[in-house]
Amino acid sequence: MNKWICTVCGYMYDPAEGDPENGVSAGTKFEDVPEDWVCPVCGAGKEDFTPEG
Amino acid sequence: MPAIEIKKDIYWVGVIDWNLKNFHGYALAHQGTTYNAYLVLDNKVTLFDTVPEKFKWELFHQIQSLIDIGDIDYIVANHLEMDHSGALPFIMDKANPEKLFCSVMGEKSLKAHFHPSDWPLEAVKDGREISLGKRTVNFIETRMLHWPDSMFSYIPNDKLLISSDAFGQNIANSNIFDDQHDLDSLIREARHYFTNIILPYSPLVLKLLDRVQEAGLELDMIAPDHGMIWRSHPDKILAAYKEFASQKLRPKAVLVYDTMWSSTEKMIRAVADALISEGIEVRVMSLKSHHHSDVMGEFSDAAALVCGSPTHNNSMMPLMADFLTYMKGLKPKNRIGAALGSYGWSGEAPSAMSRILEDAGFDLPQKPLRLQYVPGHEQLAVCKELGRALAQAIKAKVAS
Ligand SMILES: [Fe+2]
Ligand SMILES: [Fe+2]
Ligand SMILES: [Zn+2]
Repeated sequence: MNKWICTVCGYMYDPAEGDPENGVSAGTKFEDVPEDWVCPVCGAGKEDFTPEG
Repeated sequence: MPAIEIKKDIYWVGVIDWNLKNFHGYALAHQGTTYNAYLVLDNKVTLFDTVPEKFKWELFHQIQSLIDIGDIDYIVANHLEMDHSGALPFIMDKANPEKLFCSVMGEKSLKAHFHPSDWPLEAVKDGREISLGKRTVNFIETRMLHWPDSMFSYIPNDKLLISSDAFGQNIANSNIFDDQHDLDSLIREARHYFTNIILPYSPLVLKLLDRVQEAGLELDMIAPDHGMIWRSHPDKILAAYKEFASQKLRPKAVLVYDTMWSSTEKMIRAVADALISEGIEVRVMSLKSHHHSDVMGEFSDAAALVCGSPTHNNSMMPLMADFLTYMKGLKPKNRIGAALGSYGWSGEAPSAMSRILEDAGFDLPQKPLRLQYVPGHEQLAVCKELGRALAQAIKAKVAS
């Protein structure tokens, strides 16, 4: 599973960890993260993320 | 203001903005502020940060009083917000340095601000070290503290941390060191500053403080970009940041309101009375008298927020909408809320305020309370009951 990086602030979404504090459980692929989820650090939307590497 | 040597061959070359009130368009700076820049005289003469564009000549003269500005070899831009970068194009032009350092995210910010074509820009990663001759500088990335581009510069030889906006205070004073002031009032101003600028990023502050501790960084002096330099009490401001960022709450309620014909004000005062008799500390703040940033400064360590607004044209008063928008953006955590107000015929304001508080993650132990027209003795008793119930919730929250 790919990690995704927030291009605004550099936060990394790691599917192994998810974002449980904001309702995304560990093991959720970035593609399956709800569309209205936002970067927990800076508030940018999913469209501002790019795959790592 | 003359340059001041803060460590051997390291000079404060900032400027004092004595009369500033409007800080960045969203907060009030009651005591003005300073924009601190630092010049290190070493084999590589290095300038850390600049000042707003309107003070560019003053920075120029500060530098020129110590060296010829053309002798600057390196410039470090720890943060690209314009209170620290506005004078950068002018200084780049005058100094023509060999290198301009900023963080990886800073490179993007810098290009989007100044669109430079030929600046000798070098983006540095977290942990990168450069040599100035006798000294080295370690760069510490501090993304979103409080912009993506923010970083710290640490000089291990002098145990000096140049900390950008972190640990700052909005105070204009020609005595630029912490020990020249009353420590409690410095910490109070640091809290106001933290709450209005850094609060949303509290989890990152806690991580950073852990990182600093784990790395065993020795800190003899912390030099922020606003206000006083921490040379005698760096430990105190670090401890204070830990407290601010962990949002440790006290048995205190801020009652913030706007009112038309004083009915909502009467309700608020009744709630305050009940809270006081239950031993809760209160601040009663009319939005017509207090700026939203000052209400937030008081709310920083308060367990509860009580919002009062009459219903006006089916909605809350404009100042309350302003306050709630601002407050929600600062993401206070783990708080109790309540909403109330007087109304004439429709009465939407209390539930509208409640919805915003709910969205902001507040616990709302009591239903929104609305009372028609002017509250009498019996209606005020209802407000007092709400106050007593809130007091119990506050005590439970603070104890947990
Ligand atoms: Fe800033
Ligand atoms: Fe600043
Ligand atoms: Zn982000």
